[in-house]
Amino acid sequence: MGGPGSKEPTPGRSAVPITAVPVRYPERWVAAGIILVLAAMFVHMLFTNPAFNWPYMFDNMFSDPVIRGVWVTLSATVLSMVIGVILGVILAVMRLSGNPVLVTVSWMYTWFFRGVPRLVLAVLFGNLAILYSTIHIGLPFDNYWMPLLGLEGDARFFEIDARTLLTGYTAGLLALSLSEGAYMAEIIRAGLQSVDKGQTEAAQALGMSRGRIMRRITLPQAMRVVIPPTGNETIAMLKDTALLAYVPVTIELFYQLQAIGTRSYQIFPMLVAACLWYLAITSVLMVGQYFIERRFNRGERGVRDRIVGGTH
Amino acid sequence: MADETKGYETGIVVETAEGAELPGDALVVAENVHKSFGRLEVLKGIDLEVKRGEVMCIVGPSGSGKSTFLRCVNHLEKLSAGRLWVNGELMGYRQKRGRLYELRDSEIAAQRSDIGMVFQRFNLFPHLTVLGNVIEAPIQVKRVPRAQATERALELLDRVGLPDKANAYPEQLSGGQQQRVAIARALAMEPSLMLFDEPTSALDPELVGEVLDVMRDLARGGMTMVVVTHEMGFAREVGDSLVFMDDGVVVERGLPAEVLSNPQHERTQAFLSKVL
Repeated sequence: MGGPGSKEPTPGRSAVPITAVPVRYPERWVAAGIILVLAAMFVHMLFTNPAFNWPYMFDNMFSDPVIRGVWVTLSATVLSMVIGVILGVILAVMRLSGNPVLVTVSWMYTWFFRGVPRLVLAVLFGNLAILYSTIHIGLPFDNYWMPLLGLEGDARFFEIDARTLLTGYTAGLLALSLSEGAYMAEIIRAGLQSVDKGQTEAAQALGMSRGRIMRRITLPQAMRVVIPPTGNETIAMLKDTALLAYVPVTIELFYQLQAIGTRSYQIFPMLVAACLWYLAITSVLMVGQYFIERRFNRGERGVRDRIVGGTH
Repeated sequence: MADETKGYETGIVVETAEGAELPGDALVVAENVHKSFGRLEVLKGIDLEVKRGEVMCIVGPSGSGKSTFLRCVNHLEKLSAGRLWVNGELMGYRQKRGRLYELRDSEIAAQRSDIGMVFQRFNLFPHLTVLGNVIEAPIQVKRVPRAQATERALELLDRVGLPDKANAYPEQLSGGQQQRVAIARALAMEPSLMLFDEPTSALDPELVGEVLDVMRDLARGGMTMVVVTHEMGFAREVGDSLVFMDDGVVVERGLPAEVLSNPQHERTQAFLSKVL
């Protein structure tokens, strides 16, 4: 390499900064102009179209039944996520257990609950009382084996009327949590598999038992991978609680808003109210998710790249 | 290796019941240890004894089965055939009336808690601090009170030269520091045997010395050690015995200085001529 590169650098030489005419992008300005006009038309419509009936909406979107509906929505989100995560851990551990029965059962569970739409599940669970009018707690198949042993009566210890247990809120909650369990199982499995095998070996070499290794070593490390998609799941679940309206759960937010709309022939304003409520709550959750993710990514260079995406 | 022709490929052989009469000073006794992964036979009959207080270094080309043998000692790998005793206990099995019964997970864990192991890739727990790494097993496994475990951990960290790193996370440490923490973590369980699986192979050259220093210290303190290593200098200086393994068998065993300067077997000669 001869030429200028081989010369001694001369320090402190003055230089003229580059002044050049930047490239223009007229098509971008045209596109932006068109979009601005469309946006202005949209805003204009929001204020002039009487079907929005903003005063009516604001008068009714904070009424008592609606506020109660918000609480039902929040409680259903929290409960179904908690149950879903617990189920997900159990299913993921089953799936990775190596026992063929447990693996198959876990696989089939996931297959079923991921394959059936949540709306269908919600309606299905709302009608489960058709299948069982009463739910008995006792030993299985008692109507077969008790007569064989010459015993009379039954092996049922207590019973619940399914029409009180399996209607409305409980049925809807069951549908959402069982479905969530299937999605969480996949997320947690990915998390568990992301933990290096050497971690388990090191813990084994220290004399830790399998259960303790799972609780103390593997799961905490899997959490870093599991938490971000779980945040997505929580936000998705909040929106999916609207499906409870079809169980039906009459105290639920979307049901209440629709009911007000139908009663007063102001359907559209109350649908807009539903959009605003869900947007408001998911926005709060997204802020929460941002801080949780930032906390769990702290100093974790490698892990951040391995985070699995959301499933919806 | 006398039994090599007997066909040990399938299952554990049962006829040798005289395992109970072990030499009093042998901490590890391996008897005809075989290990296969599928069709690949990695260990083809290893007979070795490690005496109490002995530092045994195992050398050999990669793929010779050194690490696999080490992992058989604490039952991270199940033997395919043969027997292995540590401290007079048959590893991984209970022998009753001529039959072998697999030990339960908790029983194997109890056996392992007496054997420390240091890995090539450190395998520190990244979600715990250095202190958390060292006190985890004593608290969880041995039920040592936290205060006592912490006190002991700080002593050990001092001993490996890291008294001020207790609250650091593993990723904030250099490789050499991480490996010294891993040694402290293993020592916290007060093991009677330490296994080292190429402890310096993943380190930058300038960090190898600090780890070997700690190991040298440990050997001087009378710890029984089995060290799989490529550090011939360490083997010569610290080792009481040197084992050369190749292709799943022990080719040569003797005093380190003798084996290294005057190898008897031609496979040993070939290997040493490449690494020395």
